[in-house]
Amino acid sequence: MKILLNNNREEFAGDEMTVTDLLRLKNFTFKMLVIKINGILIKKTGYDIALIKEGDEVHVLHLISGG
Amino acid sequence: MTFEQISAILKTRKVGIAGCGGLGSNCAVALARVGLGTLVIADFDRVSKSNLNRQYYFLDQVGMKKTVALKDNIGRINPDVKIIAHDIRLAPENIASVFTGCDVIVEAFDLADQKEMIIETVLSEMPFVPLVIGLGMAGWGKNNTLHCRKADNIYICGDEISEIGQELPPIAPRVGMVANMQANVVMEILLNGEIA
Repeated sequence: MKILLNNNREEFAGDEMTVTDLLRLKNFTFKMLVIKINGILIKKTGYDIALIKEGDEVHVLHLISGG
Repeated sequence: MTFEQISAILKTRKVGIAGCGGLGSNCAVALARVGLGTLVIADFDRVSKSNLNRQYYFLDQVGMKKTVALKDNIGRINPDVKIIAHDIRLAPENIASVFTGCDVIVEAFDLADQKEMIIETVLSEMPFVPLVIGLGMAGWGKNNTLHCRKADNIYICGDEISEIGQELPPIAPRVGMVANMQANVVMEILLNGEIA
């Protein structure tokens, strides 16, 4: 399936995956993340449940300290 | 647009600044200089000497509440700006009421968990208000790595890489650059659609 991840087209095997799957596949190991699927915020408790499907627009923000 | 036309539009707008540290104090001052109508500033902290390497305060303000000191400083630059100051620790239960009516909110916190908190709160409770965040500005040099990008209604300013640490402190040039990038994005959002 093809998705738009942080404004880049990316292709993954299968028809759907959870946010946890995406984080593992992309090696995103940051603790502080903000994740949106098609504009909807996915909280940490939803990472194992929320599904990403073909054509979805996903944003993963890595939050780092400083300001 | 002339500066007078820009100021005339900005005079009718209200912007929230979440945190009055390196990002917030500098961003607020930039917006005050261009004639923003109302600034809502919020912070619980006091000015300390170690803040002076990047934050818009003066040595004789050490010990003052940041909201009080910033209001004074902005008043000395542009007394026409209305400042609504909240001496408060921002949290999920007060963010929506503190920033009610704001056209844009600027995230100007220091710590990653606080950034996460305000992003989640604004997205959940005020999803239509643009949020401008600062992400990655520690250290010095590397001008060209600083950028701005949009993720839905979140605008991200910074290099998204440089986290603060003992060997990579947040200091005036780069923090000020990102704070001014945030102010620049706020202007872009507020003036968008106003250009005939």
